[in-house]
Amino acid sequence: MKIITFKKVITFSIFLGLLFILVVLISITMGSVKVPPLRSLHILFQSILGLKGGGNETERAIILSLRLPRAILAGLVGAGLSVSGATFQALLRNPLADPYILGVSSGAAVGAILAILLGLGTFSFGLPLISFLGALLTVLVVFYFGRQDGKIHPNTLLLAGVIIGSFLSALIMFFISVSQKEELHTIIFWLMGDFSFSNARAILIIFPYILLGFFLLYRRSRQLNLILSGEENAVQLGVDVERLKLVSYLSASLITAASVSVCGLIGFVGLIIPHAVRLIFGPDHRLLIPASALVGASFLVASDTVARTLLAPTELPVGVITAAFGGPFFIYLLRTRKVIRIL
Amino acid sequence: MIEVNSISFRYHDDWVLEDVSFRAERGEFVGLIGPNGSGKTTLLKILYGLLTPQKGEILFELVPIKKMERADIAKRIAVVAQETHLLFPFSVLETVLMGRSPYLGHLMFENEKDLEIAKKAMEWTKIVPFSERHMDELSGGERKRVFIARALAQEPEVILLDEPTASLDIQHQIDFLDLILTLNRERGLTIIMASHDINIASEFCDRLILLQGGRIYQMGTPEQVITKDNIETVYGCEVWIDRNPISGIPRISLLKKGRS
Repeated sequence: MKIITFKKVITFSIFLGLLFILVVLISITMGSVKVPPLRSLHILFQSILGLKGGGNETERAIILSLRLPRAILAGLVGAGLSVSGATFQALLRNPLADPYILGVSSGAAVGAILAILLGLGTFSFGLPLISFLGALLTVLVVFYFGRQDGKIHPNTLLLAGVIIGSFLSALIMFFISVSQKEELHTIIFWLMGDFSFSNARAILIIFPYILLGFFLLYRRSRQLNLILSGEENAVQLGVDVERLKLVSYLSASLITAASVSVCGLIGFVGLIIPHAVRLIFGPDHRLLIPASALVGASFLVASDTVARTLLAPTELPVGVITAAFGGPFFIYLLRTRKVIRIL
Repeated sequence: MIEVNSISFRYHDDWVLEDVSFRAERGEFVGLIGPNGSGKTTLLKILYGLLTPQKGEILFELVPIKKMERADIAKRIAVVAQETHLLFPFSVLETVLMGRSPYLGHLMFENEKDLEIAKKAMEWTKIVPFSERHMDELSGGERKRVFIARALAQEPEVILLDEPTASLDIQHQIDFLDLILTLNRERGLTIIMASHDINIASEFCDRLILLQGGRIYQMGTPEQVITKDNIETVYGCEVWIDRNPISGIPRISLLKKGRS
């Protein structure tokens, strides 16, 4: 019987979780400073056991303080963007929806650029925090304009998001046009999506929000299946649709805000990963959401590793890599529409 | 079973339904007919609580619909709407299992019993052979059967149908309506069907409600409602009414202008 059961969700999640761990392990062995792969893994496992063996001080610092946190952060963001994208696609019944569709990302960008221009970029918390606040503020404004008589009308919300997003884009362009050369480079990299701004503490900032958003969405994943065939359809099957929409839109926006604030606008992940996962695991959100999270996490860690190493010692913004992979893949999806469902 | 007490409803300024009252008894097959914009679909949406009328109330077994939880309504009233979105299509079995949703509450997964009920519903509607196919691979008639199966999986007492035969050829129309009639006669399900096809409504329904501009123009047996005067007044076109030679039930024929 090809239906989703608890056992299947757990089995596939464990499998994809192992894949993610594998990608992280490969990622920390690679980089511009050559640390032999086996020694990298040795350093990691020693540290997990609470020991300080494996390599010299510098190598330990590179593996444990730079590469590992960065991989975990990329994983969190990849998971967040994919889950958020899958949710927006369901709520808006639009396959082209992505995590940035409600303009949340533009709010984050304005926050980040302000932080850079005010020179707060050098503080470890400054940039992501102001960016996160910018994103949250945008969420509030979009929902204020997107709701009518206590109800969310997807089209109104979408329109509010697009218009507020355009307005914020004007601000972004204004800031770019008045900024200095050094700042400009930082701003452009942020807008393309880049993990080099972040450090281990960024994980602590966004982890609670992404986790909270994920659980709120997962609890409603069965109902998201029903809203996929329209809001009236969901009502006919006994769903309190207004509550579902409110919680889901806000959770997905919160996840987007948290993700974007630490690494800028990484494109394509939130659009492509849910589609790819649907092709393999089917459209049921009870599996789609955890599977998208784990596949998205693996994909972004892999992309960031390529971004770090392709032109080493120069680092590319990770957004360049995701778009380079994502664009052709999306065209392939559009052209073939082939379904390779294993479920 | 369902009691509609002088309801009026408007989306914006103009009333779409005005002072509509009727009852549907357990096991009845009621047809809603009337021209485009006469309020049939709106009335169905009010019956299952999607829309709330500004005046009047609906009682289900003497309980006001607006006091019932959405899930409780869905356990008793199932809806087979016109076409639904098929953006990311589910399989037939997955779609039928969705009918169990009102019983799951906060549970995430269906259990063996839910699966059993879904399979029975699929046997009734004869869709077991393509249970693993996806919804976008089915014909219009097959898809309608799947939605009936989903409705049956809700174990409802009432099924609301909105233009169920609109996109079907005559063979599938008859197959579909025979299935509905069997559910009505053998399982005692109450059926309320909105239809554009006056002949079908006349042939299958025990009672008809003829709507005009949001008001009930006439209500009664097909003999009482399908008359030349009623139809010509409400629909504003010329028709000929005689009887179906086999069933003896009123039958309508359309005429070109100036032929009567």
